[in-house]
Amino acid sequence: MTVEATGIHRAFGGVQALRDASFAARPGEIHALAGENGAGKSTLIKVLCGVLRADAGSVAVRGRVATAFQELSLLPDLTVAENLLLAAPPRGRLGLVRRGHLTAEASRVLALYGVSEIDPRSPARDLSVSQRQVVELVRVLATEPDVVFLDEPTAALAEREVDWLAGHMRRLRDAGACVVFTSHRWREIERLADRVTVFRNGTHVATRERLTEDEAVTLMTGRTLDATYPDVSGIEAGEKALTVTGLTSGHLRDVSFDLRRGEILGVGGLAGQGQRDLFLTLFGARRPVAGRLLVGQAERSFRRPADAVRAGIAYVPEDRKAEGLLLPLSIRDNIALTTLARRSRAGFIRRRAEKAEISGVAAKLAIGAGRATSQAAGTLSGGNQQKTVMARWLLADADVYLLYDVTRGVDAATKHDIYHLIAGLARSGKAVLFHSSETEEIAHLCHRVLVLREGRIAAELAGPVGDAEQIVAASIRESADA
Amino acid sequence: MRDLQERLGYLVLAATAVAYFAVYTTSLGRPPGSFDYLAILNTTMPLVLVAVGQSLVVITGGIDLSVGGVVSVCVAVTAATGGTPGWILAVLALGAAAGLVNGVIVAFGRIAPILTTLATLSIYTGAALWILPVPGGSILPGVRAVLSNPGVPTGLAWLALVVAGWWVLRRTRFGMRVYAVGSDETAARAVGVPVERVKAGVYALSGLCSALAGVFYVSTTTAGDANAGAPFILTSIASVVVGGVAFSGGRGSAMGAVAGAVALTLVIDVLFFAGIDPLYQSLFQGLFLVVAVLLGTAAALLARRRTA
Ligand SMILES: Nc1ncnc2c1ncn2[C@@H]1O[C@H](COP(=O)(O)OP(=O)(O)O)[C@@H](O)[C@H]1O
Ligand SMILES: [Mg+2]
Repeated sequence: MTVEATGIHRAFGGVQALRDASFAARPGEIHALAGENGAGKSTLIKVLCGVLRADAGSVAVRGRVATAFQELSLLPDLTVAENLLLAAPPRGRLGLVRRGHLTAEASRVLALYGVSEIDPRSPARDLSVSQRQVVELVRVLATEPDVVFLDEPTAALAEREVDWLAGHMRRLRDAGACVVFTSHRWREIERLADRVTVFRNGTHVATRERLTEDEAVTLMTGRTLDATYPDVSGIEAGEKALTVTGLTSGHLRDVSFDLRRGEILGVGGLAGQGQRDLFLTLFGARRPVAGRLLVGQAERSFRRPADAVRAGIAYVPEDRKAEGLLLPLSIRDNIALTTLARRSRAGFIRRRAEKAEISGVAAKLAIGAGRATSQAAGTLSGGNQQKTVMARWLLADADVYLLYDVTRGVDAATKHDIYHLIAGLARSGKAVLFHSSETEEIAHLCHRVLVLREGRIAAELAGPVGDAEQIVAASIRESADA
Repeated sequence: MRDLQERLGYLVLAATAVAYFAVYTTSLGRPPGSFDYLAILNTTMPLVLVAVGQSLVVITGGIDLSVGGVVSVCVAVTAATGGTPGWILAVLALGAAAGLVNGVIVAFGRIAPILTTLATLSIYTGAALWILPVPGGSILPGVRAVLSNPGVPTGLAWLALVVAGWWVLRRTRFGMRVYAVGSDETAARAVGVPVERVKAGVYALSGLCSALAGVFYVSTTTAGDANAGAPFILTSIASVVVGGVAFSGGRGSAMGAVAGAVALTLVIDVLFFAGIDPLYQSLFQGLFLVVAVLLGTAAALLARRRTA
């Protein structure tokens, strides 16, 4: 065994992240670590690579170790080149770093790993999330490690980049390295892993060579989930909540559609076909070049997101840290933020009313498994953070919900909760616009699906489509039915 | 357009230099000569040095208020011992040690930099008063001739040395790590940067810079004063701000702060030649600081709007 840990305990304050956890991986294998959000995967990896100390237990790791952390460890103010070469910069005589050579050397390393579209001179903070992830991965791969830990390396990656990473993981394995990774996408685990270890509640549940998705979900959650997707077919569509005509903005070209109350409208297509522009424009975060927007019967033009909120539109993004969650604040304050006015009198917040209302929502969504809402949002796992953002907008009682890839990086059980939440929204007469990077979700959850290609609506499919292949086909094929 | 903010120091320096030239020429009827330039250089040297140390600390995301106390102690010891080369070396070691104390408390004791250095500021200032209760003392003329000779441009050589020192530091592993720590401490730790040692190091360097400043101070004023360091707290921070070093850490350059320090000294001369009562000096210096920073922020905002 190259990696072996037994009897690991680790607590953060009152939260027991790992309890009597064990894990073993051998050289020449790709080993997947699966588990719900908060199961302790990241903590285990940090203990294994030595960033965190275990409270008890023993860890043995042989060989050179490199880790790509879930929260990424790029230094935002340093350039890509400096980030890549921080550990071993090119030096000249006198041992001084040859700053002039940094860029050239970094370009060479990037090229070696087949990355061409990232400028080594740009500061890490100017990169997109997926570019940052790629740089982090190159930094890890470039050390040619014997043991490599990749914590949710694909959460921010597009399909093409996932393939790129898969290639490198296999190459490392074939060269005898031990590759450990975590992912919430079962497809990737199935495709890549030689063995799978499942964690639940901070402890080891099983290690298997073969495992079906259903078995895995049962092991991860400790219960069998009822049919994964709620049935949305019986929901009555009401009057028009949103009417979009000729919208052109960013990558979007002349997009027209309407969205009714009680309807879940899917937005699909390959990555980067204008889905993001559509959501940002509808939420007032991007000014359209042309087009009209009716909310209900009234024509609107948003200058800023606050205008959209006032018009009854809520937007839940996929990147909860960058777009709206204040990690040091309590869960309660985070949920209360957008609806403060409703619960205050003469500028003073009625704390008691707030506490009651918010604990109600938090309990309904099972945020943090009944943890006190006075805890900092930063102590929650990713899925629970996402639920916190959702709770905020549920309280806001908007008419239209723009849900952009809200299940990204969220575990199976929480995803399940979120699906039911969305169906519940539609049932209570809300209009939902839904995009997901997992086409399966769009296929099962939506009454209708718009497929975007190069910024235009390439196809409209009646749902529930049920079969993701149909949406994928429509994304690729030249106008199927037009 | 972050570049613009980082170049703020040089822009402000250029602007104040032009103002200085204009005001000097109109009030004295002739342009400033080499003697004037050297005098400015010699009077700025202590602030330049303190500003370099301060910017190192600020780049790691900290702040060093104790610079005032360290300068005072070092001025007191230098003047009280007569400023012999041997004692000057001892003073430099003393400054570095005083800085290291800050660094160890901040890095390993995990006490906020502002608290730590506020406390040590008061301790070091007290020690300075104990060593040199009344202003006085002296420095060897031979040492003066090397450090701040009003006739020969030794000041220029020292300034060049500061610039070279920064150039080298930027190319050491330590230099890279300073930026890494200020940029994101947790991430830096995760990629193997010894965060605590780097922090302890920058405070020690800041102490060393303050000690050098103290020695230069005695050399230009030819005597010591246990309260000499006090003004450097504000002016060094002001230099760092005008120099475009981000207070959130990770961004900026000590060279910007050097430019800011020179500009700040020039402003005092501009006020003098413009006939403004020295009583109002701090008022105008403060105004200057606010305007410089606002201009920098406005420029950055404009640039961002253009790219968005
Ligand atoms: N730095 C921290 N402070 C407080 N709680 C934490 C911290 N890191 C993790 N936790 C908690 O420990 C548990 C396990 O988290 P984590 O290892 O991140 O799980 P996973 O990676 O499987 O989603 C969660 O309940 C999380 O909230
Ligand atoms: Mg994790």
